[in-house]
Amino acid sequence: MEPILETKKLCCTYSVGTPFEHRALIDVDFRAYPGEYLGIIGHTGSGKSTLIQHLNALLKPSSGQVLLHGEDIWANAKATRMARFKVGLVFQYPEYQLFEETVYKDIAFGPKNMRLDAREIDRRVHEAAYFAGLTDDQLQKSPFELSGGQKRRVAIAGVIAMGPEVLILDEPTAGLDPVGRESILRNIRQFHDAKNATIIIVSHSMEDMARVADRIVVMNDARIPLQGTPREVFSHAEELRAMGLSVPQITQIFHRLRALGLGVDESVYTLKEAKEALLALKRRD
Amino acid sequence: MLKDITLGQFFPGTSLVHRLDPRTKLLCVVLYIAALFTAAGWVSYAVVFALLAVAVGISRIGVKALLRGMKPVVVILVFTGALNLFYTQTGTELVHLGFLHITTGGLERAFFMVTRILMLISGTFLLTYTTSPIALTDGLEHLLGPLKLLKVPVHDLAMMMSIALRFIPTLIEETDKIMSAQKARGADFEGGSLLDKARAMVPLMVPLFVSAFRRADELATAMECRCYHGGEGRTRLKQLRFQAADWAVLALFVALLALIVVLKLRFRV
Ligand SMILES: Nc1ncnc2c1ncn2[C@@H]1O[C@H](COP(=O)(O)OP(=O)(O)O)[C@@H](O)[C@H]1O
Ligand SMILES: [Mg+2]
Repeated sequence: MEPILETKKLCCTYSVGTPFEHRALIDVDFRAYPGEYLGIIGHTGSGKSTLIQHLNALLKPSSGQVLLHGEDIWANAKATRMARFKVGLVFQYPEYQLFEETVYKDIAFGPKNMRLDAREIDRRVHEAAYFAGLTDDQLQKSPFELSGGQKRRVAIAGVIAMGPEVLILDEPTAGLDPVGRESILRNIRQFHDAKNATIIIVSHSMEDMARVADRIVVMNDARIPLQGTPREVFSHAEELRAMGLSVPQITQIFHRLRALGLGVDESVYTLKEAKEALLALKRRD
Repeated sequence: MLKDITLGQFFPGTSLVHRLDPRTKLLCVVLYIAALFTAAGWVSYAVVFALLAVAVGISRIGVKALLRGMKPVVVILVFTGALNLFYTQTGTELVHLGFLHITTGGLERAFFMVTRILMLISGTFLLTYTTSPIALTDGLEHLLGPLKLLKVPVHDLAMMMSIALRFIPTLIEETDKIMSAQKARGADFEGGSLLDKARAMVPLMVPLFVSAFRRADELATAMECRCYHGGEGRTRLKQLRFQAADWAVLALFVALLALIVVLKLRFRV
């Protein structure tokens, strides 16, 4: 399958020529395929946010290319603008970017910039509000009256309303309580299923990624040392630990059980799999 | 685009210039500026320049970094140079282009004025490049201490200044971030008429102000939680103490000023 988004030998250097010069991306070859739910994981400062800002042309590569549907997004001004619209990016703590008088107007900001007509904007605002889990009566409130979690939903809706083919979210669950986290992840999953959109989620929670992602890309020190299905990635427990990451707790338990001499599959990473593996073990005894 | 601002930026280091007491550095800059404005001829300029060059060399800041900070004043430099070049009509005439006359006197004056501005900026940049904003305000608070007798709230002013300095990079970063976030929603900050540009600022300014007020509120609470109640009876974690090097450097700069004054009054060079 052809990737929908791809980077080729992407490099990014911040503050060139000062004592603060820093290479945030080094020869990164990244691929996202249509319709997949992709997780990017890595510890703080590994370059995750830098990478995703290249994917919708907010940052210009120091060298290397970013391709959307096989075309360089920096080829001409039109391609760059299209990348901004087709690749929606929700920043970390997006609730701090709200500015309009009402939630409705804030969500409509993106579609308005796309110069859509009023009916289409209205349709999109309502649809986006639905996917982000906002109720109709919240639309006429001031965004500053809402709780932190609700504000974040407004910000996510603001990007969904632009109808992106690829939706990228930078740590969408950071700073939320477990219930809020669960609920936002469920909303994103719903959007993914309904629109068949490509989702890229940046996170440092292995637990969350294990549950939702089809594929995981691991970033470490400006590079991508590991990628693959959750099962493949979690089988490199030692390497992950060396990068300051850990495998999900359930996987850790199965690694320990195996070390204790039980014949279990150590690539288990969901609760369901764990249950089945343990039941199988019991039947065998 | 915003990240290119280097005004008032601090490059940490361990050189002698970095380690000097901020009060020493502040006083030296004052003496240096006085010397620079007293300097009347080639010899004086050469002496002041030599001292600046040595200081820059010791600081390891690098001429490149120093020059990068000059970008915003290029226009002023060109303007000053041109004005002095064409309006000073002393000495012998060198070039005559229509109504423009360039004389040796004009050339010399233009050179001195441009050099003076360059050296002025280099000297003050060297101060802010080698002194952390906190140390700088600390030094300033000490030096302005005597004004307390005139009921000037020196401590409060210094505290306000250190908070402001501390938050400049934060606000720049925040502006960058909000700008990116709105660009991701198709906002255009560059094109359009003046009115369009002003309108485009709303999605940037509203969140920026909201977050600035939030930060101010949080900071005030945090300060009160730690029983901050102004300068009265407050002690310091880092006591400023003059070292031998401070006295030596100060003496050197006093000597510099004296030398320049003598050169000017006695020898006119
Ligand atoms: N605007 C910037 N200027 C300079 N350095 C930056 C900037 N943004 C990020 N960096 C640096 O680049 C590295 C990667 O940052 P980032 O992509 O934000 O990492 P992550 O999102 O994985 O935590 C970090 O070391 C960070 O300090
Ligand atoms: Mg980040």
